[in-house]
Amino acid sequence: MTTLNELYQEIILDHYRQPRGRGELAPPKITQEGFNPSCGDEIILDLRVQDGRIQEVRFRGRGCSISQASASMLTEAVQGKTLEEAHALIQQVLALVKGETEGDIETLGDIAALAGVRHFPVRVKCATLAWHALEEALKQVEQQGLTR
Amino acid sequence: MTATYTLDAGEIRKLFPFFQPHPEMRSVVYLDNAATTQKPYAVIEAVSHFWAYQNANVHRGGHGAGAKASELYEAARARVAQFVNAREPAEIVFTRGTTEAINLVASSWGETFVKAGDEIIVTEMEHHANLLPWMRLAEKQGAHLKVWRITDDGRLNLEALDCLLTERTRLVAVSHVSNVLGTVNPVAEICQRAHASGALCLVDAAQSIAHMPVDVQAIDCDFLAFSGHKAYGPTGIGVLYAKRALLESMPPYQVGGGMVQMVRWERLVWSEPPAKFEAGTPPIGEAIGLHAALDFIDSIGRDAIERYEHELTEYALARLQEVPDLRLYGPIPDRAGIFAFTLGDIHPHDIATVLDTRDVAIRSGLHCAHPLGERLGGSTARASLAIYNDTQHIDALIDALHEVRRVFGQARV
Repeated sequence: MTTLNELYQEIILDHYRQPRGRGELAPPKITQEGFNPSCGDEIILDLRVQDGRIQEVRFRGRGCSISQASASMLTEAVQGKTLEEAHALIQQVLALVKGETEGDIETLGDIAALAGVRHFPVRVKCATLAWHALEEALKQVEQQGLTR
Repeated sequence: MTATYTLDAGEIRKLFPFFQPHPEMRSVVYLDNAATTQKPYAVIEAVSHFWAYQNANVHRGGHGAGAKASELYEAARARVAQFVNAREPAEIVFTRGTTEAINLVASSWGETFVKAGDEIIVTEMEHHANLLPWMRLAEKQGAHLKVWRITDDGRLNLEALDCLLTERTRLVAVSHVSNVLGTVNPVAEICQRAHASGALCLVDAAQSIAHMPVDVQAIDCDFLAFSGHKAYGPTGIGVLYAKRALLESMPPYQVGGGMVQMVRWERLVWSEPPAKFEAGTPPIGEAIGLHAALDFIDSIGRDAIERYEHELTEYALARLQEVPDLRLYGPIPDRAGIFAFTLGDIHPHDIATVLDTRDVAIRSGLHCAHPLGERLGGSTARASLAIYNDTQHIDALIDALHEVRRVFGQARV
């Protein structure tokens, strides 16, 4: 597989063309924006957190195939996760796209396809945009005392 | 293609180490010249020679090396003055770049002469460097920022300027060449209209300085700014040209060493311009590198550069329009060699990545001009030319764009 094919795996293009979890939630919700100023990508995450779990998550925004596919994968992956599990997943994904670990299909599912990003340092920010927004959203969750 | 070209870019590439084979580097078709140009041997050697054998601080040392460094630094200033046809070297202030030059004007001139209720006109196509200093100044002073909108084909309409200018207008800030659209703005006419209304005019020449003759007296601008690194010179050096009388009337920008004649507890006497605006040790090696860069440009000739880049632009426009689904922004055909485009629904960042794997270097995004990006509907991919590019480079770009379409053949969102 060439590095280009590895980056633009069918699974990524599929999430890009048919994004999961696209839309917004009705209040009450946690909303977090994420921007990539150099390329103009933006993601807005909506989270509904209850009983220490992410009950629902949606995203809006615009951007390249990698940023949008990554956000789409995020909505599937964190649905129903506890806050601790979400934190752990963020760290796993960040390490994966930076090439610090190999993608484990068993635990990461579709997200493992983001591993190809590690060959393209300028695209790491695209892949991490939604995950950094989630990190910020979880801070809001803590500030608002929704952890339990 | 049977057209003949007035310049042999292959010969010019021989003057640049970047284009020579190197065991650790892949050969790249470099089309990101609006971001920064490559550096010829002559510039690298001039800078290297200074650091190696002539290094000393300027205007200070009680020794020969200091005097020599001062002489070289002032010779660079005189060379810049000649290059842009300033009346005297004292009209040239060295800065870190275009951004700092414009911030200097906004802070020093702006906070002195722009009052509450005054107006500043900026164009919709400005780079943040010629936009944010004015937005911040307007907010600080309680002045109004008026936006000169572009036409749908990416030009400025002079009649629209006449409608915006009032007796409260203090400044019109305009780029000579748009860093996204490639539009070449009629800056002399704009200055004339601004002056007729009692306003000053600042020209951002970052994208024109290396590509066409720039004559501050012919334009009759009050301020003009550019960067060395987009003109084959080093980073960290830029130029502010300002009319002498304006520099005399403006307070210092930063204060410190090298810009003051006398310091007593009860009294300060600033130096004369340009020293008044150059606090601290200036970028000496970088100024010397800029001198070499301007010599390099003039060794080819600015008319010859403009003619050749125009020929190459015509070729690029024709070939880009062959690519299905490619949408080109900015005026056609009358424009500089900067081409912002989109390709169907494929995101520009994805275009740039596929091109990168084919060793074609372009930029994608909003190009530090977010309001213009909003007007155009989001990010764009951008290819931009310099004197060492040729038709083969354009052909490589076009081939790579076809590859992008293959990779994203079905992409629809």
